[in-house]
Amino acid sequence: MSRIIVVTSGKGGVGKTTTSAAMGMGLAKKGHKTAVIDFDVGLRNLDLILGCERRVVYDFVNIINGEATLNQALIKDKRCDKLYILPASQTRDKDALTLDGVEKVLEELKESFDYIICDSPAGIERGAHLAMYFADDAFIVTNPEVSSVRDSDRMLGILSSKSKRAENNETPIKEYLLLSRYNPARVKLGEMLSVEDVQEILSLDLLGVVPESKAVLNASNSGTPVILDEASDAGKAYADIVSRYLGEEVPQRFIYEKKKGLFGRLFRG
Amino acid sequence: MSLLEYFKSTKPNSAKIAKERLQILVSHERSARNKPDYLPALQKELLNVIKKYVQVDQKDISINYESDEKQETLELNIILPDNL
Repeated sequence: MSRIIVVTSGKGGVGKTTTSAAMGMGLAKKGHKTAVIDFDVGLRNLDLILGCERRVVYDFVNIINGEATLNQALIKDKRCDKLYILPASQTRDKDALTLDGVEKVLEELKESFDYIICDSPAGIERGAHLAMYFADDAFIVTNPEVSSVRDSDRMLGILSSKSKRAENNETPIKEYLLLSRYNPARVKLGEMLSVEDVQEILSLDLLGVVPESKAVLNASNSGTPVILDEASDAGKAYADIVSRYLGEEVPQRFIYEKKKGLFGRLFRG
Repeated sequence: MSLLEYFKSTKPNSAKIAKERLQILVSHERSARNKPDYLPALQKELLNVIKKYVQVDQKDISINYESDEKQETLELNIILPDNL
């Protein structure tokens, strides 16, 4: 049984594409055949984050319009043969994606893929609606910041009323909180909402916390999903998140400030 | 400022303010979310109908919608003028 995952947030710039790329690579590396789809028509970026921007020939809209087959448009990742990318179109026509077209592509992907990750655009317009409509699971990417939390809550309302599962009165979409750009030091100082605060406001199950990390920009600079930077904190956080999503018991990390040892205290101040 | 006060005065906890603001806002938005979107139009039309018979003002009519697991309630409240 394949699962369709939507990575969404409402607000832009919180880490949806970073998360989609990392989760896609993480699931693929665990042996699950995974496709990551960019739903941001006109503002394609997933290809860049995954480092395959120069291999894009056909895109999502080409398939819907019958100008290419799914196999022609899917890009196989060079680092992991279980990972495939379906790039968004750069067309300016916002109506290029249709509900029927998206459904057909997803149905075809379900025949051979274990996980299909839909990278949602920001906002609550057509692209975001189509990205979440057919989802089984939703990763709500949220920053510990007022506007992001508010937009996430708005998105939760949309997931519970406008999705296919909601419209057909099926089991609701399983929603998970993914708190990114977290800074435990600032939380301790009372300058940033804590994990507990955000969980309390949104009443969501926590899939994991991704700390604010230099590794994220470094990874995007080179077109490598940050999960492949295994030594980095963000890389480790995403690896944990993948394991947790797959049902493994992994204790939460990166929520509290690392206690400095005696030497750390003496020499790093 | 005495020395004691200096040590007592801590920086305002902005995360706490953020949490309080969000809790109020989110609960308000959630309650609005479940309301049918025809309410404002319904209110306007009702006002016009009632105005044919009694002189009332927009502020004298309030429509309240509530729903729980068992039932949905549409409450209409009209304040009639005193000099009927």
